[in-house]
Amino acid sequence: MPLQAFFNSFGYFAQAAGVTVAVSLAGIAIGFVIGVAVCIARVSGGRWLGGLGAVYVSVFRGVPLLVQLLFIYYFLAELGLDVPALVAAVGGLALASAAYQAEILRGALNAVPRGQGEAAIAIGFSPLDTWRRILLPQALRISVPPLINEFILLLKASSLVSVVGIAELTRVSMNVASSIYRPLEAYVGGGLFYLVINLGLAALGNLAERRLAAGSGP
Amino acid sequence: MSFDVLWRYAPSLISGFGVTILCWSAGSALGLVLGAAIALGRRAPLSPLQWLLRAYVELIRGTPFLMQLFLLYAAGPSIGLRLSATAAGVIGLGMYSSAYFAEIFRAGFAAVPKGQIDAAVSIGMTPLDILWRVTLPGALVAVVPPIVNTLIVLSKETVVLSIITVPELMYQMQTMAAETFTAFDAIFAMAVFYWLLVEVVSRLGRRLERSVTAFIRHSAGPA
Repeated sequence: MPLQAFFNSFGYFAQAAGVTVAVSLAGIAIGFVIGVAVCIARVSGGRWLGGLGAVYVSVFRGVPLLVQLLFIYYFLAELGLDVPALVAAVGGLALASAAYQAEILRGALNAVPRGQGEAAIAIGFSPLDTWRRILLPQALRISVPPLINEFILLLKASSLVSVVGIAELTRVSMNVASSIYRPLEAYVGGGLFYLVINLGLAALGNLAERRLAAGSGP
Repeated sequence: MSFDVLWRYAPSLISGFGVTILCWSAGSALGLVLGAAIALGRRAPLSPLQWLLRAYVELIRGTPFLMQLFLLYAAGPSIGLRLSATAAGVIGLGMYSSAYFAEIFRAGFAAVPKGQIDAAVSIGMTPLDILWRVTLPGALVAVVPPIVNTLIVLSKETVVLSIITVPELMYQMQTMAAETFTAFDAIFAMAVFYWLLVEVVSRLGRRLERSVTAFIRHSAGPA
């Protein structure tokens, strides 16, 4: 009874799906903070900070995620730090995602019409107020759909942290496959969990896009 | 890392790089062909076929590449599909990328303004001429930049193939690291190497983009 095997380990899968979502959420949240910093450095950091931000983006988008994860893992060991694998996993996802999020935010800032900032200054807004009340709200609105898209990509990329031993969805699928000798059911089951989560996120993204588009009418 | 370790392992590293390039090019070629076929199939008026192709694209895009590789390589034998690791890697990369290429082609065809095709019909061009001189050039301009991007992403995805023991560069490097206790140095070298590779490929890609879309700039002036 092929489906029996899947239902027997359903709880195990569900728990692992929780770990996948948690690791990805932590990665995207920490990545957002770093991403904002990198974005600010690139937009208004002058020559040195701006250059540093550009190098950050180039490195973390250029090096494959698996290499980054193993690098952090071995780097911490080289330093003699005995941190849990979870730290390396979340840290790796966050650092990589930050590079993509920084570019999303930069693109969104560029998409805010230049006149908006100039108008704010013209009617006497302080630079801080211009950012807080005019530029950021509009840039964030523009960047919500691509950020949700980035979350979907990160959630799929999080399958790679199985390599450093985190018991998330991919790792658990491997474990189930080897313990019940039914790789087909195990991997199809794990894949279905990913599919359901991602379709849910995609629906959320569509909803956000529609609501935000409705709010920005002429 | 002492360089004589690298020197000693040079043959296996070079062969690993060869396998990386092979998997990348063969996988991308397979993906482009499959993707074009899917995009054309989705334009056909057969609704069950459209539904099936759409499900395929969503399935591939909704699950991680690593999961698809396991399904192909580890679960394949239970439905009678026995592949070598490298074959599974190439086919896996091809199937994975085909979904993304299909969406790119679909968007490309949709990007050609309908008025241009109407205009071509009204001045008496044959359907083949329209496809060759109007639809394809228009679609090509829309399609090349995202294809270049996807190719760059795929060059990074080849690293994942090491997990299912495809003997590509990452796999060879990890073997070397395990045999010589040089894990950190090896992974550092890999990071630098892939960064340079992706930078070079991106530069070449941008150049290709410019040359393919050059005719727009040439013909953009007042007629």
